[in-house]
Amino acid sequence: MLTKKQLFTRGMLDISPHMLSVIPFGIICGAIGVELGFHPYLVYAMSFIIFGGASQIVFLQLLSGGASSLVAVASVGIINSRHLLYGAVLSEYLEKLSFIKKLLISYVVVDQGFAESNKFFKKNRSEEFLHYHLIGTGCTMWVCWQIATLSGIVLGSFVPEELGLKFAIPLTFIAIVVQDLKKLDHVIVMITCGLSSLLFFDAPFKSYIIISPIIALFVAALLLRLKK
Amino acid sequence: MTLTAIIFAGILTYFTRMTMIALISRDMLGDKIKAVLEYVPSAVFPAIIFPGIFINDFGTFIEMNDPKIFGALVAVIVGYFSKNIIATISAGLVSYWFLIFIVFN
Repeated sequence: MLTKKQLFTRGMLDISPHMLSVIPFGIICGAIGVELGFHPYLVYAMSFIIFGGASQIVFLQLLSGGASSLVAVASVGIINSRHLLYGAVLSEYLEKLSFIKKLLISYVVVDQGFAESNKFFKKNRSEEFLHYHLIGTGCTMWVCWQIATLSGIVLGSFVPEELGLKFAIPLTFIAIVVQDLKKLDHVIVMITCGLSSLLFFDAPFKSYIIISPIIALFVAALLLRLKK
Repeated sequence: MTLTAIIFAGILTYFTRMTMIALISRDMLGDKIKAVLEYVPSAVFPAIIFPGIFINDFGTFIEMNDPKIFGALVAVIVGYFSKNIIATISAGLVSYWFLIFIVFN
């Protein structure tokens, strides 16, 4: 049995490689906000209140492009609706927690943290304090994100744009799913999602980000049926 | 005004995170649904990966000889064999930089 501290540390270690892409992206996010003409406090408030990478950039771009607040808020909600899927997966491992603890832990559920903690949970189902791993991944991400966006806001885009560091984001997610390329059913699901995301890229409110997972999960359900 | 919108966006985002964790109990999800949910990472992350590679900042498709395609392929190969996140990201970035700064320069 691992202690709470060991699990927390393990979570921190498991997510830390992703900071290689998260930190430059956070700096870019902060710098873009200020460049678009928003007050630095507002740009930072987003990292604290919304705490959701790409959705923060989209929000500011929409507002500065003249979209209504309603459209900007709706887009954030739709982009972040993928968390509903993460929550459904994680609920199985977190069900023993009290309602209050569930409410608190929810704030730090992020893409990379979900991916790494879910991998860990699957292999260590019997651990009693599993949720400390998720707290470890989530808090690491939270601290790095706050520091990175703050530095971007204060120092401006000191990361040269020519480096194209936004490209590190798809690379981080490639690192997460690449081992599942060994399984044909997962490959089919991934290609379905990827192609749908390109096909529906222009759908309103950035809804491609939830439309394509739904199509891909539908295909996954069909594959499961065929397997039987 | 903008702050109000940020707060609403934040509440909405928090609800997407909290709803399933706090309000769903184990018995509400049948075995079939749980089996489908096994595919969530494979069904969600390509929606971040594909546009990040194939669509540029202006929302249009990139050319087929774009350095990002090459960088992504290198990342997939290195990631597959190394099973290492840092190696995967670095390999993708370095091969991308090699093309944009040295070959196409």
